[in-house]
Amino acid sequence: MARDKSKLLYAETHEWVDVSEEGGQKIATIGISDFAIEQLNDLVYMDLPEVGKTVDAGDEFGEVESVKAVSPLYSPVGGEVVEVHSDLPDNLEGLNDDPYDFGWIVKIKIEDESGLESLMDFAAYQKQCAESG
Amino acid sequence: MRNQQATKLLFEMSRSGRRAHHLPPLPAEGETAASLLPADQLADAPPPLPELAEGDVVRHFVNLSTLNMSVDTHFYPLGSCTMKYNPKRNERMASLPGLVDVHPLQSDRSVPGVLQMLYELQQMIGEIAGLPGVSLQPAAGAHGELTALLVAAAYYRDRGEDQRRYVLTADSAHGTNPASAQMAGFSTRTVKSNAQGLVDLDDLKSKLDDKTAVFMLTNPNTLGLFDSQIKEITDLVHEAGALIYLDGANMNAILGITRPGDFGADLMHFNPHKTFSGPHGGGGPGAGPICVRDFLADYLPGPVVEKVGEEFRTVDPAKTIGRVRSFFGNVGVLARAYIYIRTYGKEGLRRVSEDAVLGANYLLSKVRHILDVPHGDRCMHEFVASAKKLKKEKHLSAMDLAKRLLDFGFHAPTVYFPLVVEEAVMVEPTETESKETLDAFAEALFRITEESGDVVEHAPHSTNISRPDDVIAARKPILRWTEKDK
Amino acid sequence: MNGYLFHTESDRREMLRAIGAESVQEIIDGQVPPAVQMKRPLELPPAADEMTLESELRRLAASNASVSSHVCFMGGGAYDHFIPAVVDEIASRGEYYTSYTPYQAEVSQGNLQVMFEYETLVSQITGLDVSNASLYDGGSAATEAVLMALASVKKRHKVITSDAVHPEYREILEAYLQNIDAELVVVPASESGTSEGILDAIDEQTACVLIQHPNFFGRLEQVRKIADAAHQAGALVIQSFDPISVGLLKRPGDLGVDIAVAEGQCLGNPLQYGGPYLGIMACRQDLMRRMPGRIAGQTTDRRGNRCWVLTLQTREQHIRREKATSNICSNQTLLALRATVYLSLLGPQGLKETAEHCVVKTNQARERFAASERFELVHAGPVFKEFLVRDREGDVQALLEHATDHGVLAGVPVGPMEPKWKDCFLVAVTEKRTEADLDRLMKVLESAPADEANRLAETV
Repeated sequence: MARDKSKLLYAETHEWVDVSEEGGQKIATIGISDFAIEQLNDLVYMDLPEVGKTVDAGDEFGEVESVKAVSPLYSPVGGEVVEVHSDLPDNLEGLNDDPYDFGWIVKIKIEDESGLESLMDFAAYQKQCAESG
Repeated sequence: MRNQQATKLLFEMSRSGRRAHHLPPLPAEGETAASLLPADQLADAPPPLPELAEGDVVRHFVNLSTLNMSVDTHFYPLGSCTMKYNPKRNERMASLPGLVDVHPLQSDRSVPGVLQMLYELQQMIGEIAGLPGVSLQPAAGAHGELTALLVAAAYYRDRGEDQRRYVLTADSAHGTNPASAQMAGFSTRTVKSNAQGLVDLDDLKSKLDDKTAVFMLTNPNTLGLFDSQIKEITDLVHEAGALIYLDGANMNAILGITRPGDFGADLMHFNPHKTFSGPHGGGGPGAGPICVRDFLADYLPGPVVEKVGEEFRTVDPAKTIGRVRSFFGNVGVLARAYIYIRTYGKEGLRRVSEDAVLGANYLLSKVRHILDVPHGDRCMHEFVASAKKLKKEKHLSAMDLAKRLLDFGFHAPTVYFPLVVEEAVMVEPTETESKETLDAFAEALFRITEESGDVVEHAPHSTNISRPDDVIAARKPILRWTEKDK
Repeated sequence: MNGYLFHTESDRREMLRAIGAESVQEIIDGQVPPAVQMKRPLELPPAADEMTLESELRRLAASNASVSSHVCFMGGGAYDHFIPAVVDEIASRGEYYTSYTPYQAEVSQGNLQVMFEYETLVSQITGLDVSNASLYDGGSAATEAVLMALASVKKRHKVITSDAVHPEYREILEAYLQNIDAELVVVPASESGTSEGILDAIDEQTACVLIQHPNFFGRLEQVRKIADAAHQAGALVIQSFDPISVGLLKRPGDLGVDIAVAEGQCLGNPLQYGGPYLGIMACRQDLMRRMPGRIAGQTTDRRGNRCWVLTLQTREQHIRREKATSNICSNQTLLALRATVYLSLLGPQGLKETAEHCVVKTNQARERFAASERFELVHAGPVFKEFLVRDREGDVQALLEHATDHGVLAGVPVGPMEPKWKDCFLVAVTEKRTEADLDRLMKVLESAPADEANRLAETV
């Protein structure tokens, strides 16, 4: 089922978050927005965390690189990395083409959801992009 | 008429059994090398190097050389890099037997001439800097930065001021500044530039405290502007008990005009490959000698050269940080700097800077009618224009402009640096270019801005290759030739 | 006036008119506060014309002993190997030495292709996947490799090395590590001059091990054994190797090493009292993104032609700033070019024969020292092109000065670098040395008066 980008939450640093429930656990699926991907211009490399790593809300969990820029990836939530999209670094074209479904990056089992409150809805995020663009 | 055959990769030209190098035979009797070494240490075969005849090798590398632009062949106004003429006499003198073939661990007594030259160079660059403690050891500008910060760290440790763990860097600074600070164990804070492109004094004040170790300053800065507030800046930093480091990248603007030591710098490095005529060697070697105030001299890396009576000796300073590379330093590069400084002498060096300033301002006076120059209509030895308007009006970037200049027979200026200028085009003509060359460059720039966007966007058209794909290169890196590519 | 300036008086007038300034001084006064301007000329020697300066430089040069005036048996990290004429000829082309870092790939394909060829050759001599386009020198390259390992092996801070690694290399490491969170452990070499002690020092806190093979004393290390132990403990292994030695010896990559570094001076670069030299570095594929320095890579242009560019630049300081793996923003292209030409000329057979000459002639020299009255070999067991000799008279400095006075640079005194070896010196024998050179070495050393130190002390 395709993700609807207008229903996702967004961080100021351009990560999108999709919160779902699996087996009584809240899981945050995290990716980066199409706006960010366009700004970064032709991604060439992605550095991902290992499954089992724990992160605090606001921590860097990985990096994406274009030819001449590096952007850290921040986790809006605290918790344990339970799944990593390990095919992604070898298929970055796919991230360009489909940032919301194929382009998911990690899934984090949420232990601290305080970070979620500071996230924007799609409208607010669009406004931020329009202002910075 | 490019020779495509000779510019194939060495590995593709290789033919089994061909060779260029022959040694005299070893004596037939006696032990063989293989019998003298343990069998488990021996390789089955030597490395799979290419097999070529001498003629192959010469034709290959001579043909490849013709694919480069260089100072010897083209105007090379690469901002911040000071691509001045590289004197041929430097090459010949630095290659004299007795200089070029001296072993680094020979005794002081066996190298009096080398030590005299190095001692005099220490004295000369100390005088030019206005800072008497000199170490010639660092191998490059960035290496000099790191070395100076190690010196500063040792100084604070010695004074029991270990809490000074912040290095301030300007937002317009070279990326090496924060990278060097981090390697020397410091954390960095960035000081903003104001609208004129100079240090924002309020921002500086707000970041100075008893945890500040060093403010790393480039002056003239990367916009080619001399910071007129320099005394206030250095006084503020000194009042906070911190040190001023001067990134000497732009010394070509101020030789004999002002001295870092006189305007408050405590430590600095020189880039002899820039200021003292290099050459740049395709990216290196350079050197990064540092000069410091007398109270920091004891911490310099060793050895340094001292004169005792009529003799020259290598010694380690009393509280030395140790060493940052093997042996004395990049003596071959330093010898060229020595010859260059001696050639111009006391009056000549000031004239070098005056002509560098004259050339840059003359070119600026022409370029500002073609491109925006956001930071003023006067500069020191270089200036930064912006292709922002071109981007807006014709969708052409600074890079497009740079690429099209190649078709006109000019090396491109530095683009996208400093980061504080959008679509930056950084031009440094140096003192060794004629007025006619500067005129022709400005004319080319003007013609490009008048050309159809399509022509510029797909430039260069006259080179062997055009617009290599950086994305594929970084996404699926191919960093060596392998057999399967044959 | 001497120098290279262009502008005539009338040029200057026209240029100032275009600028709208009366004088260059006016432009300067507009920016540089008068209070900080120099009020006097620089205190430097007067300008010198080419003819005068060259004759002075010739005088200075002639006052030095060198490997052309003397027979050289000095090593210790820099060696008197033969440099074929083609190397100098190619490197003296202005198209190479007056160009700069290939920021504009279209007009730098010569340099970029050379960098790519250099990287391939370094892969071939190291047996490792990826090489950078060079670092400053062998010593700082070893330290850069340690920093790279510390960044790669998370949460470990211990670096283990041995005192059979070049003392200057260890000094660099100490200087770099003293302000960052790292612990340096130096294991003493065994009686036979090798570093088995490292095996016992490796533990779960160890980030990396730095060894030199052939080591500072010319001795061969058990690299494979040390690498296995380090890997077992989750640490990386760095080997500083001699590029000539791999003509015969197994390569770092064949021995399980993760990062190889070397001093590339021996590959066609002149001694010039210590620099510029060539820092070689290569590593396994998975460490590629932690590697410092420039890297050239292959790609295609918009017309589909094969070409070369600088790549993986996000590792570098101009993008990553304070997060960069290293502050290095140059490479020794001109020296890498010389090494590339040198290795192309030698080929596999030439490299092998050069290595054989070193081993055989070094062994001949060892036999002579072993047979002499005054000297003894410090270490038994095989060496590559260098070995440590003890002077039973304990008078190394006077002995070597005596030899210099008689036309022989007989060796490197080790005492100044490592006090415990104050009665020892290193003797290196390259392919350039002949039977007659060896005769002369022994004759000169054996003719040195044993009490020369005392006699010299009296005359000073």
